[in-house]
Amino acid sequence: MSSETKQILTTDGIPLEVSLKKAERKNKIKAFLLVAPLLLFLIITYVFPIGDMLFRSVDDKMVTQMLPKTFKAMETWDGQELPDEEVFAAFHEDFIKLVEDKREGKLSTQLNYTKNGFKSIIKKLRRKSKSFEEGNYKEQIMSVHKRWANVEYWRAIQRRAPEFTGQKYLKGMDMYVNEEGKIVSVEEDRRIHRVLWLRTLEIAFFVTVFCFLMAYPIAHLLATLPMKYSNLLMICVLLPFWTSLLVRTASWMILLQQQGIVNDFFVGIGLVADDNRPEMMYNKTGSYVAMTQILLPFMVLPLYSVMKTISPSLMRAGKSLGGTPFVAFWKVYFPLTIPGIGAGCLLVFILAIGYYITPALVGGASGTLISNQIAFHMKSTLDWSFASAMGLMLLSGVLVIYWLYNKLVGIDNIKLG
Amino acid sequence: MALPKYTEPHYRVWHYIYLTICGAVFFFLIAPLFVIFPLSFNAEEFLSFSDGMKRLDPDAFSLRWYKDMIYGTKNPWGLAAKNSFIIAIFATIGSVILGTVAALGLSSRHMPYKGLIMAVLISPMIVPLIISGVAIFFFMAKAGLAATHTGIVLAHIILGTPFVVITVTATLSGFDHSVTRAAASLGSDPVNTFMKITLPLILPGVISGGLFAFVTSFDEVVVVLFLAGLENTTIPIQMWTGLREQLSPTILAVATCLIILSTLILVTAELLRRRSERLRGINR
Repeated sequence: MSSETKQILTTDGIPLEVSLKKAERKNKIKAFLLVAPLLLFLIITYVFPIGDMLFRSVDDKMVTQMLPKTFKAMETWDGQELPDEEVFAAFHEDFIKLVEDKREGKLSTQLNYTKNGFKSIIKKLRRKSKSFEEGNYKEQIMSVHKRWANVEYWRAIQRRAPEFTGQKYLKGMDMYVNEEGKIVSVEEDRRIHRVLWLRTLEIAFFVTVFCFLMAYPIAHLLATLPMKYSNLLMICVLLPFWTSLLVRTASWMILLQQQGIVNDFFVGIGLVADDNRPEMMYNKTGSYVAMTQILLPFMVLPLYSVMKTISPSLMRAGKSLGGTPFVAFWKVYFPLTIPGIGAGCLLVFILAIGYYITPALVGGASGTLISNQIAFHMKSTLDWSFASAMGLMLLSGVLVIYWLYNKLVGIDNIKLG
Repeated sequence: MALPKYTEPHYRVWHYIYLTICGAVFFFLIAPLFVIFPLSFNAEEFLSFSDGMKRLDPDAFSLRWYKDMIYGTKNPWGLAAKNSFIIAIFATIGSVILGTVAALGLSSRHMPYKGLIMAVLISPMIVPLIISGVAIFFFMAKAGLAATHTGIVLAHIILGTPFVVITVTATLSGFDHSVTRAAASLGSDPVNTFMKITLPLILPGVISGGLFAFVTSFDEVVVVLFLAGLENTTIPIQMWTGLREQLSPTILAVATCLIILSTLILVTAELLRRRSERLRGINR
């Protein structure tokens, strides 16, 4: 504001500008205070734990804390030749302490992850170390087993020095750090995770495509029919939407089983022989069919809400200007529905990529997704850091799509029902 | 949708093909739900239609699986139903309160960092459930709340609030703020204004958000699988175990009850949506 204009004052003599700013700030704080409880709650119970997952996935302090003196002594070691007496002495000191706490077994397991062959030589070292004499530990340790005199093993120990590691992420992509410190892929027949990632993308992609192809015509019909019919048909979309996921999965299990109704029908019309009923469940087909039906409402609803706003006179105008119905549809109607298509496809894709329950029940071995692998590591192998790493890899993918969704549709434009 | 008389024959054909496709898709959507009904009355132990059922022989139908659901020995459904309802009710109350209050703040035009905060508040809906499950499990384990009702209720509040936030913000988007100013100018304090003016007007949105939260909690299985102990079993957990181990017709009886429940919820939600649209229509 220029200095020539006379300042407007409020009744209490404060300049209006100041007073207004104060009121604005007060309003801002008020609005924020309303949001604060939920925001705080979510940050504590949800956002931080996801951060905790990130920490767990890279955390590798265990070995660092088991061999503190060794790693300190190793700082000056170049890794070319065998380390000198100082490192051996420090290692001996750390090791004796571990044996006292009965934790040397954990060390051997951990070191064995890095290089095979540690288990037996640590066991041997524990037995022999009881009769060790003071001083000259290098000689004594090396005499326990020839591997202790092999520089490769000392390098393997040194690789576990950092407190943090990206190993779990590499493992999630079937890669690892080899002895030369290079990142390489595991052998072809052991690349289970890559297969799973690709399958997850493939199933999510095709489920999205199927949903789109099926939802488009019915959303169009719902949007163009007179209200009294469309309301009735809308129930067909909304009832599955509100019905328990497990109930719907159960009904697919009944339908798709070998003695199930779909197979009965196929036999009945002579499509397949009675003694040669196809497996439609516990494989990819099961995942595809069940997931498509379950996610279909999430595609229909956004499409419908966009189509509802398109005036029918536009199509009539297109036709009256000489377009055939197909041209009018393709040039006029279809482009107008693109926001709905984007919203529906992204929503279905996001949901499909993280699907767990349905693939676990009807997917069998060839129809499970990356989520199932995460659950497996959480519940069975208890490798929580690996589960966290894979979860975060999946999450980063979803967040990219989420961001895209926000750009294209706007997160506050999500409509439900 | 009748075709005009002048429609050319091949478009007419196309139109009928289109209607057939739509019919097939609707059938695909709704038919699987109706398979469960008749099979839950099966007198046999099999999950397919017996010959008696195909002939509509009354002896082929029975209520034995419903009896088993209610009176069966060692049956887990009673406890599961009790837990499910308790957890869902408390989770709904929590979600509705936190979500509505937050939505009021978010709808204020003074709200700073609206986009960012909205993104955080909605995130439990977008993040894959399995990841939410892992994260929430880590938190609850640290807080000593794993395998407790409290832990599960809190987890379901996390998952339920986005729905309340979305529906209430949507209702508030058509809200005429001059009515609250009028109330304030007449000497009403903010709380009184909210209870007497704002809440009755946004109530349909609040209730439908609450319904979403209720269904989310009632139907949630992934997070509960991580959190629940034997004592906290819920209907979805029992169904999950049942479906994995042995598909018994008792599950179908439970499923039928759940479908009836979801039909009731659907009808309520639809009525509310219409009422909300009507109310907002007046405001415009």
